[in-house]
Amino acid sequence: MPSVSMKVNGSEVSADVDARTLLVEYLRSDLGLTGTHVGCDTSQCGACVVHVDGKAVKSCTLLAVQAEGAEVTTIEGMAANGDLHPMQEAFREHHGLQCGFCTPGMIMAATDMVARHGKDLDEATIRRELEGNLCRCTGYHNIVKAIAAAAKAMG
Amino acid sequence: MYEFTYHRPATVDEAIALLKSADDGKLLAGGHTLLPTMKQRLASPSDLIDLGGALATGIDVSNGCVTIGAGTCHADVATSSDVANAIPALAKLASMIGDPHVRNKGTIGGSIANNDPAADYPAACLGLGATIVTSAREIEADDFFTGMFDTALGDDEVITSVRFPVPAKAGYSKFPNPASRYAMVGVFVSSAKGGIRVAVTGAGPCVFRQGDMEAALEGDFASSAIAGVTQADGDLNSDIHASAEYRAHLVGVMARRAVDQATG
Repeated sequence: MPSVSMKVNGSEVSADVDARTLLVEYLRSDLGLTGTHVGCDTSQCGACVVHVDGKAVKSCTLLAVQAEGAEVTTIEGMAANGDLHPMQEAFREHHGLQCGFCTPGMIMAATDMVARHGKDLDEATIRRELEGNLCRCTGYHNIVKAIAAAAKAMG
Repeated sequence: MYEFTYHRPATVDEAIALLKSADDGKLLAGGHTLLPTMKQRLASPSDLIDLGGALATGIDVSNGCVTIGAGTCHADVATSSDVANAIPALAKLASMIGDPHVRNKGTIGGSIANNDPAADYPAACLGLGATIVTSAREIEADDFFTGMFDTALGDDEVITSVRFPVPAKAGYSKFPNPASRYAMVGVFVSSAKGGIRVAVTGAGPCVFRQGDMEAALEGDFASSAIAGVTQADGDLNSDIHASAEYRAHLVGVMARRAVDQATG
């Protein structure tokens, strides 16, 4: 079995894994980080989005071994010292979630979005940038509001 | 997904040696087509050779060409100011592939080698008259895309970069499948010293050049020149998303929009 080492939420981890192990399976099953969800498992829904070396990727479409040497951030790594990340806080404040299943992926996609576009995110940009994240509850309206508000707070 | 042996070569030569010694080896670039295919058990390679550490990444603009390393992800092409200055339609095309997360992993080399009938990059290659540079030779785009999911690549040949000549004008317009963002129809047009090119993806089993439109645009590079040119629907794809007739209609609409964009 190949071995894999990476940094997840700031901690060095390594393991021998079946080469078939997807990054999301490694995070959830081996590391117990079940905040990252598997929705469609076909690279469409974005519930599994995590950051690999600072970029948002779909962890259901990446082998764990492909993340060798990478820095991975999951939803569990967003809050610092017990304080919610501004994006998490904005989703709470603006009621950007209902069932919550898509939320971890939304938060990870949204923080990547703000990192690339900065604080002045307009609604059209946010909606276009959310093409890879599906929510079946909210109709996106409050998600878009939350991201716009968080972008300002983060800027 | 069935079991496989994973390899991560440091060079393209090493990757080719691994490919030659494998029973049924497959190359892994960004993995955004191959891994879903393996999950569905439609592909079951004995060996998976990860090119992540072997392929060149990066963009070079010089001598009238944009050269993109095969391992360059779509997001890097989409946001490159060098590409945007030299061939804005190419940057735009890259920005329309999949979604932001897919664009962070999917690569130009992987997309072209796979030659999905509805992929975007084949239209840019054919529509700009690109040269596909491989570990063994250089292949003109006109000779590269040979059929559905089929290319001129040999069994042990690896794409290393793609060279796009900078045209005078170019445009790309696509009608995306609303779920997958693949092209129901995408048309790439360009006007350059070598002539006019109109390349159509998504409509047929493989990207193709629309000769009637090229001829009509030769004398007058304006969307009005192709207003009366129709696309025959006989060989086009028909599925739950769109009939062949609808796709044929879209070829005309997308071509006119692409020309407007190129001349706008």
